Amino acid sequence: MAKDKKQIRIALRNCGFINPENIDEYIARDGYQALGKALEMTPEEVIDEIKKSGLRGRGGGGFPTGLKWELTRKVEAEQKYVVCNADEGDPGAFMDRSILEGDPHTVLEAMAINGYCTGASKGLIYIRAEYPLAIERLKIAIGQAREYGLLGDKIFGKDFSFDIELRYGAGAFVCGEETALIHSMEGLRGEPTVKPPFPSESGYKGAPTNVNNVETYANIPVILLKGSGWFASIGTEKSKGTKVFALAGKVNNVGLIEVPMGTTLREVIFDIGGGIKSGKKFKAVQTGGPSGGCLTEKHLDIPIDYDNLIASGSMMGSGGMIVMDEDDCMVSVAKFYLDFTVEESCGKCAPCRLGNKRLYEILDTITQGKGTEDDLFKLRNLGNVIKDTSLCGLGQTSPNPVLSTMENFYDEYLAHVKDHKCPAGQCKALMSYIINPDACVGCTLCARVCPVDAISGEKKMPHVIDQSICIKCGACFEKCKFGAIFIE
Amino acid sequence: MADIKLPANKVQELREVCAKFNHDKGELINVLHAAQGIFGYLPAEVQEIVAEELNVSVAHVYGVVTFYSFFTMLPKGKHPISICMGTACYVRGAEKVLDEFKRHLNIKVGETTPDGDFSISCLRCVGACGLAPVVTVGEKVYGRVAPEDVKGILAEYR
Repeated sequence: MAKDKKQIRIALRNCGFINPENIDEYIARDGYQALGKALEMTPEEVIDEIKKSGLRGRGGGGFPTGLKWELTRKVEAEQKYVVCNADEGDPGAFMDRSILEGDPHTVLEAMAINGYCTGASKGLIYIRAEYPLAIERLKIAIGQAREYGLLGDKIFGKDFSFDIELRYGAGAFVCGEETALIHSMEGLRGEPTVKPPFPSESGYKGAPTNVNNVETYANIPVILLKGSGWFASIGTEKSKGTKVFALAGKVNNVGLIEVPMGTTLREVIFDIGGGIKSGKKFKAVQTGGPSGGCLTEKHLDIPIDYDNLIASGSMMGSGGMIVMDEDDCMVSVAKFYLDFTVEESCGKCAPCRLGNKRLYEILDTITQGKGTEDDLFKLRNLGNVIKDTSLCGLGQTSPNPVLSTMENFYDEYLAHVKDHKCPAGQCKALMSYIINPDACVGCTLCARVCPVDAISGEKKMPHVIDQSICIKCGACFEKCKFGAIFIE
Repeated sequence: MADIKLPANKVQELREVCAKFNHDKGELINVLHAAQGIFGYLPAEVQEIVAEELNVSVAHVYGVVTFYSFFTMLPKGKHPISICMGTACYVRGAEKVLDEFKRHLNIKVGETTPDGDFSISCLRCVGACGLAPVVTVGEKVYGRVAPEDVKGILAEYR
């Protein structure tokens, strides 16, 4: 199958192949061997191996993982912590949930290796309360690993002790930011703080803390077992290995995929994703979640890696990939993301708290058909100010959906403010459903499906929609068998 | 708002939870999760007990409760309905589904029906994007929900 040929499973290697509630099945697939191997090496040698592999943080930032470990290692402290960021808040991304539910031991094993390298004896997994099954499986996995002596005192008979606890999130997107995450684990509001100091110097309870994402951890055991050379042979010059993407939206095959870095968007959407649903035309793909941007037709053939996506005005993010077709209005999409950001802004710094609200209001005005060309200028200007002046990653990237859609779909914005039309037919205020009397046969179906009784007419006579009652739900449009209803 | 009389046995349970966490203020979020599990929501009276037990100000507890969307200060309906507003669900028409629920129940997001049976909330991605748009009622998940399905879903609980 073409669908599988392009995929390589590293992070997802065990998902679906083992019973996640049975540690023996994980061990049978070389589980905990990497930990055993690491404990035979010096911490420096292990860190060196991770550095040589070229692994970069899969949570979105793309910071070199080996370097992060080394920074935490070099700080002298009695107590250090290793944290797993499992606060997968990106709407449309669910690879972390799949790994935690399908292969929880790989995360535990990698965290123990991380603890050995950085000198931490304690690991914490910060996980969303919205993922009850993942929490359950992690609890089972931690219990089994303790029973087997793979967590606890003197692991593998060596002078290395390590244990893991769970901490729960409570629904705040900003807690994916590492300083905010650490505050949340301390029982505080999840507000970010200025870096430096970096968590590697002063993190959880003021101790040096190394935070990595779930997918990053899932790569670690394989790198140690197969070697950094093998891992570095996959991918592009600056982005090694594979990346898991959550393919969703208007594609035929939705779900998780894992492809080598450098695979093109076209291969992902058309070869693996099977193209656009219902034979519609591809319009855009949104990558990087609320922090990312929309890429178009002209970006389909660029090899996906951290740097190329940033150069194209988007970002890797955690790997959500939402495909949109010709029926999606890009102004509405930008508004949708801003609505998210406004709600999720923690409120600590003014540019993010106030600026995004203003961006949202301007976009709302435009989708109501009341925008002017001056509004477009304001959008761009304000967007750039928010990017430059916000405190944390959330604010610094929140205008991206607006700026990237303006860059790639300026005509659509112009249509909204100059002609007061929504080319995709999504902005309700800018459209009306109308029945063509020549095509209507008077079957009465539309009048029956109308939820607000806005359609009237005699049987076998052309019907009429009362625009003052119509809520523009589109039910009549979808049900009409004669194509008699059109959007204006 | 009139003071709510909390059942003594539940208050006792909450105090035991706080003791289990050693009255450690660093465990505030875990305590609040447990409290919401006991009472179903976190009214001011519950927050006052938590503050007292963990030796922090009520304002501190209130600040944390209102920061996180998972915590609620209003009781939810017997059948809490959550509509996923993640991007994948949005692109596949979650808004129209939400509108249908609002219209049928005649309440807004965050409200509960007068009979206490249903409440509507929006949530951000349950990680089931392959089934978009997704609606959950209590623990049950409904995938690929179309506006026409709304009536039938509600009927299951009436």
